[in-house]
Amino acid sequence: MLKGLLDSIVLIFTGDSALTNIILVSLRVTGISLLISTLIGIPLGIFLGLKRFIGKRLVIALLYTGMGFPPVVVGLFVYLMLSRAGPLGQLGWSFIPHLYTTGAMVVAQIIISFPLVAGFTMSAVLSLDSQLRLQLHALGATPRQALWTMLVEARVGVLISIIAGFGSIISEVGAVMMVGGNIENATRTLTTAIVLETRKGDFSMAMALGIILLTISFIVNVAMLRLQGKALDQ
Amino acid sequence: MSESVYQLNTLVKRYDSRTVVALDSLTVYRGEILALVGPSGAGKSTLLRLLGLLEAPTSGSLQFFGREVANGSAQADLELRRRLTMVFQRPLLLNRSVQANIAYGLRLRGDKSNGKVASAMEQLGLSHLARQNTRVLSGGEAQRVSLARAMVLDTEVLLLDEPTANLDPYNVNLIETAVRKMNAEQSKTIVLVTHNIFQAHRLAQRTALLLDGRLVEVSPSDVFFTAPADPRTAAFVRGDMVY
Ligand SMILES: Nc1ncnc2c1ncn2[C@@H]1O[C@H](COP(=O)(O)OP(=O)(O)OP(=O)(O)O)[C@@H](O)[C@H]1O
Ligand SMILES: [Mg+2]
Repeated sequence: MLKGLLDSIVLIFTGDSALTNIILVSLRVTGISLLISTLIGIPLGIFLGLKRFIGKRLVIALLYTGMGFPPVVVGLFVYLMLSRAGPLGQLGWSFIPHLYTTGAMVVAQIIISFPLVAGFTMSAVLSLDSQLRLQLHALGATPRQALWTMLVEARVGVLISIIAGFGSIISEVGAVMMVGGNIENATRTLTTAIVLETRKGDFSMAMALGIILLTISFIVNVAMLRLQGKALDQ
Repeated sequence: MSESVYQLNTLVKRYDSRTVVALDSLTVYRGEILALVGPSGAGKSTLLRLLGLLEAPTSGSLQFFGREVANGSAQADLELRRRLTMVFQRPLLLNRSVQANIAYGLRLRGDKSNGKVASAMEQLGLSHLARQNTRVLSGGEAQRVSLARAMVLDTEVLLLDEPTANLDPYNVNLIETAVRKMNAEQSKTIVLVTHNIFQAHRLAQRTALLLDGRLVEVSPSDVFFTAPADPRTAAFVRGDMVY
């Protein structure tokens, strides 16, 4: 066990190109997915938190369901949609990613994470005083200025929504395995590689990957918390 | 006291099917302090939000500086909206420093200066708190920040919803002095909602009694408090009105 740990640390620091590639794929897929989830989720969360419209309850119920959706089911869904015989795969449009590409993985991860971003953003906005918007208008804010101020007021909650979105996808394995296929030097991520190495019995490698994954997750969370801390201090 | 700032006619505000405000007519004149008194739930804050162009009335006519705004068109007219400002009953401060809160409305208008902010803090005894976050303020401090934030905007019309509720006599005096000064020196038009009838008497040239959303009486404050026309006003002033 201890030897395994030592070996894994050696592996991390000698770092072969396959390992580097795995890390880069993980970071890229998670980063792009999180960016798009944030761009969809934050405006959606604000909208749901502020606007009244018919069918809002239904949308929120769907969102909550999405927040707790099993990632493998998302993987299955994306697999079926994108497979060559599937509804989207059939169309053959160039912007629709093929199965077993990082594009397909990004699609799955967006579906997994944007409900979390939107849901937490919505509750952050809802926790603001209901009269705040009127008070801002009374001070001469344009609707856009008032919206921006409210987003800044809800900043801690909005940051938490991004952290939650990140957490849901950096460690996710089922969906990326299904739609990405764990192809070496192409769609292999830290999580899918850990599964593979463990199956092969290469525990040093699996552990090295695990340590890297934890480290990345830790660094990102610390960075977010620092931001949150700044937000809290202001 | 001739030119009117507000002209209200058969103004009604309903929430769902509940009528909260129903006024036959009311005029607010330029340069006056009008006090609005009435029991809790009478619709004072709601009326103030209507005057603040923050909500559209359900029906009726509301003219602001001669312009009909009951249809809600004013909400979009930034220039018109910025001729007034309103201080809410509960101070809704931003999670920032005292200074940043007071400067907020100026910054919205692209005004980056600090002079007005500093002098408002000075006047309301807030200077030593400039860099404090508003979350740690006492109730009275928060209320003064809320007023300062409106004062610096220097608008022609000021709507104040219970600016001295729950304050000690020293702070009440501080705020009353500021209100009186704005009215006397800058001839600002001020509509003041207050539970404190003595305050209404002290500050306002005219006082209006609102009961169940209806206007019972509007009179010069002297008349209102000493020889009211309506027996309900007399009962309210005596303090033995049964709600
Ligand atoms: N947005 C709203 N939706 C539904 N009902 C409301 C709304 N705002 C106010 N009301 C109701 O309208 C009535 C009048 O409320 P308002 O706040 O205007 O009273 P007020 O005279 O200011 O009372 P107080 O002296 O206690 O502040 C209350 O019964 C209140 O419940
Ligand atoms: Mg009120």
